[in-house]
Amino acid sequence: MSTFQLEIQLVATVVAAACALPGTFLVLRRMAMMSDAISHAILPGIVVGFFLTGNLSSPLLILGGAAAGLLTVVLVEWIRKTNRVREDAAIGLVFSSLFAVGVILIARFARDIHLDTDAVLLGELAFVPFDRLILAGRDLGPQALYAMGMAGILCLGFILLFYKELKLATFDRALCATLGFLPGILHYALMGLISMTAVAAFDAVGSILVVALMVGPPVSAYLITNRFGYMILYSVALGMTASIAGYWIAHLLDASIAGCMAVMVGVQFAVLFCIAPEQGVLAAWKRRRHQKWQFAIKMLVIHLLQHEATPEADRECRMDHLQDHMAWEAAFAEGVVSRAVSQNFLNTVGEYLELTTEGRELAREAIIHT
Amino acid sequence: MNAVEVRDLTVAYRESPVLWDIDLDVAPGVLMAIVGPNGAGKTTLIKAILGLLKPAAGQIRILGKPYRRVASLMGYVPQRGTVDWDFPTSVLDVVLMGLYGRIGWVRRPGRSERREAMEALEKVEMTGLAHRQIRQLSGGQQQRVFLARALVQDARVYLMDEPLQGVDATTERAIIDILHSLRSSGKTVLAVHHDLQTVSSYFDEVLLLNVRRIASGPVSKVFTDTNLRLTYGGRIAIIKGAP
Repeated sequence: MSTFQLEIQLVATVVAAACALPGTFLVLRRMAMMSDAISHAILPGIVVGFFLTGNLSSPLLILGGAAAGLLTVVLVEWIRKTNRVREDAAIGLVFSSLFAVGVILIARFARDIHLDTDAVLLGELAFVPFDRLILAGRDLGPQALYAMGMAGILCLGFILLFYKELKLATFDRALCATLGFLPGILHYALMGLISMTAVAAFDAVGSILVVALMVGPPVSAYLITNRFGYMILYSVALGMTASIAGYWIAHLLDASIAGCMAVMVGVQFAVLFCIAPEQGVLAAWKRRRHQKWQFAIKMLVIHLLQHEATPEADRECRMDHLQDHMAWEAAFAEGVVSRAVSQNFLNTVGEYLELTTEGRELAREAIIHT
Repeated sequence: MNAVEVRDLTVAYRESPVLWDIDLDVAPGVLMAIVGPNGAGKTTLIKAILGLLKPAAGQIRILGKPYRRVASLMGYVPQRGTVDWDFPTSVLDVVLMGLYGRIGWVRRPGRSERREAMEALEKVEMTGLAHRQIRQLSGGQQQRVFLARALVQDARVYLMDEPLQGVDATTERAIIDILHSLRSSGKTVLAVHHDLQTVSSYFDEVLLLNVRRIASGPVSKVFTDTNLRLTYGGRIAIIKGAP
């Protein structure tokens, strides 16, 4: 592996981690769409920052972008509060307008610089190693690594410091306010961090991947844990693995790195959605199947209990009878009986079905509790 | 000194009033039911007393002081539906949140806080479920968790928004027992309540509310057919049990 490759992967994993940290809160606050809005709306802020400094790698760009991101949040909330427009429509309205302003500014005033709309949307990780931080003649590595590293450290520090407060503000805003923890300020601080992360990341991975990395890993992590702290941890880990896997797939296919990373985020979700231990569809399917058999066993033992030791027992408590009276297919009836036998609820004597003590108990309990 | 004192409180949403000129006095150690039809402003009143809403006019004093200075003396039990029960956290964690105010910024709950939270869970008979994920709780269990969270706050005044909504008879009994034990330790409880039949057996005083204050005071005095008709606009048939 060359230094170039290593540097690209390093930047990609730092981007993933920095996005997953605040992304977890967006997902839990049901504001995933806000990442989409912010990551696009930062464009005019970046352009204006560029006009002011004439330098694409100035920290002023980050401030400008973050301000534009916050402006989006404020505008969306302001429009929503008028109760004329719903939140999703307000988000769509605000970010597309701000993004368009950015596009016009670029087209009108900045046509001949590197800042073009393609780069904003898709980024280009492969070029990251060319833009280097050089201090006093020494090469310190790709600039993006430092910008992203700073954003990541700020996110991490903020979340570690205010973990308890952020958790409360996300779960129960009203209690957060009554206890004096200023949920409004926490909210804007979080949105400011998200804007800043989006600005730092857009140059490397583009605004679309920012959305993928902020929303995808937390949603996947949500499928495999019931604990808040672990959800943050797993989001970061999932984002980082998706970016490394995406890099190598892009390498193999000679395709866009950012694109392959986003696809890997989707693949991760699809896989976990299927196989997650409690919430996966496979687990749910198994649970339902198990319940179906258990329910059939209950029906059977209740039927047997009703007819046990009655004159018609000889007729009713027989294997072949289940097909007529319970309207069960032969194979299903056999399945139910064999499961009931293996769970020790009944014995078969030829065609005749005989309840065990456990079977009788199960039937009585089932009758009482329904 | 009254536990809760509301003077000329008006809360408006834009220019339409949700609460009109409310006056209310609640003495310490009283269990008061807040009763009224949908849209009467019951939740709004609770939120205003808690300082979560800015009133258009009026004054609220808790234990003789303005809200800001006594925030820590108030316990809040919101409606069950106001939070996301799919949030990835455990029962014990939710109860611990009641202690966050006392813990203050940045510091994390420690062993002694966890012990307090467990004690509160014991009072609502939920110790066995302390580490259960909250998504797996039944409605009654959710309500008990909220109550435990308010209990650890060790407040002087409790404001509860429909603490008995959607719970089974056992839980209802358990919650009422807790409210009564809060009263005997001198706490004041204001609870939004929907079941008119049980007002007189569960509560000492009642506030009949429908945007305006229709009446408030001891149940035996103000919980009358006339007042109820005024509150509900004559649209209900009133069936009252024996006092």
